[in-house]
Amino acid sequence: MGKTVLLIEDEPNIIEAVSFILSRDGWDVKTHANGHDAMDAVRRRGPDLIILDVMLPGKSGYDILSEIRADGDYAAVPVLMLTARGQTRDREMAERAGASRYMTKPFSNADVLDAVRALAGT
Amino acid sequence: MPERFMIGTRIRERRVLAGIRQTDLAKRVGISPSYLNLIEHNRRRIGGKTLLRLAAALDVEPSLLSEGAAATLVSGLREAAGAADDAAPERDRAEEFAERFPGWAGLVTEFYRRNQEMERTIETLTDRLAHDPFLADSLHEVISAVTAIRSTSSILVETEELEPEWTARFHRNINEDSARLTEGAQALVKYLEAAPNRDAEVQSPQDEMHAVLGARGFHFAELEREVAGPRAVARLVRDEAARGLSGPAQTLLGAVLTRYLEDARALPMATFLARLRTLGPNPARLAEATGAGLAQVFRRLAAMPAAEVGPVGLVICDASGTLIFRKPIEGFSMPRLAGACALWPLYRALAQPLAPLRRRVRQAGRGGEAVEALAVAGPEGPGGFDRPAPVRAHMLLLPDPGAARGAPEEIGVSCRICPLAACAARREPSILAEGF
Repeated sequence: MGKTVLLIEDEPNIIEAVSFILSRDGWDVKTHANGHDAMDAVRRRGPDLIILDVMLPGKSGYDILSEIRADGDYAAVPVLMLTARGQTRDREMAERAGASRYMTKPFSNADVLDAVRALAGT
Repeated sequence: MPERFMIGTRIRERRVLAGIRQTDLAKRVGISPSYLNLIEHNRRRIGGKTLLRLAAALDVEPSLLSEGAAATLVSGLREAAGAADDAAPERDRAEEFAERFPGWAGLVTEFYRRNQEMERTIETLTDRLAHDPFLADSLHEVISAVTAIRSTSSILVETEELEPEWTARFHRNINEDSARLTEGAQALVKYLEAAPNRDAEVQSPQDEMHAVLGARGFHFAELEREVAGPRAVARLVRDEAARGLSGPAQTLLGAVLTRYLEDARALPMATFLARLRTLGPNPARLAEATGAGLAQVFRRLAAMPAAEVGPVGLVICDASGTLIFRKPIEGFSMPRLAGACALWPLYRALAQPLAPLRRRVRQAGRGGEAVEALAVAGPEGPGGFDRPAPVRAHMLLLPDPGAARGAPEEIGVSCRICPLAACAARREPSILAEGF
């Protein structure tokens, strides 16, 4: 274990809860709360896995995902997208942008853990 | 009028069904193809002898063309059969069915028509819900709070031997989020209850008109032709009327298309695009080069096909600030129900007519991207000595020019969903709770 996950999300209480459950699961959790410089945070933290909210202040999660996929160093890092919408259109957008997995809010902690473990195993 | 309307349509239908070309049929009947074309489009009244000759050439009873109850019924049945998924109607026996059971056949076509209408209504409603910025933002707020509460509460329940300081902290978070959830949910209920006369709103003439413009991408090739005149506008409006556009919306569409036609005459597309290629999407230089006003150049830019000029948005308001024309652009929300944000350059231009301004702006809130806004206000028409010309403001929206134009100004969509905290222009509180 001891792998790093970067959580990019702007709701402080969601950050706290998700950080808590992932830390308990043995992850080193780093967080970032806005879209503007999310890519800088990715480069600075060099995470093994990224959890990315779609609705962020400053920049949309889809754009950030495209930047991640376009970056040679991080193109292959698994990304779990979080969004408040679950329509097919959004799912398609996430898949087209290169999301490894997609999760709709509200989610259960068990779902997050399962998804993160599955992505880490790949 | 309705009878005349139908004869031509029926003649065309019969001719197509028989697989005869327009020119051939015209020759057989002894009239010119262009005259037949006018007849088929119900634009010429048709005399008794011509009707008899046409019926003979088409090998049908003249009454079928002149009365045509069965013919319209049959085409209605064919249309309904075309939309059938599982049912397998006997398509080749539609005429027989219409003839033997006109009542039942009428019922089938009426059901089909009503079904079509309902599908359109559902589409309109879905579209409204999906694009209502109030609903989208307040739902997002509620879902965020629910997500935080769900996650936090299950930590409290499921984690064994949770340290007391963590327990206290999570309790506090849940308390905070539930307060936020309450506010958000109340605001949502209030908003939905307060929406005045929702039935009428779905079909507001403004929305209907914008739906027509949107479906055409705000570009009308018919009005770009050199020979296009008021008749082309009338034809477009008539076509939409036949598709169910309401009377008031027809008036609005007619006015917008008439102005489109005037703009297209003043700045023909081919030369305008050529200028655009040399000068770039720079309205000031385009106006200088063509001698047209800035507002007209804005409208022209917004009327070009997206394939030629990329995304271009345009908002026009009248002197009351009401948005009377909205062409959307990615990254910039325009309210359709209530007044827009008073910080929009559109309104600043309105306060200072004839002084164009250009700003890089970003709508505060989640996921807002910067766009470039160019605005100008001025009188529409010459006005008179007893009454000044009404003033209108135009705001052109172009994709973000980048940081070179300076940091973007923070503006909003509309106060109710705006997170800007200290705003001198605020006119009502936001329904978004301050999360942090």
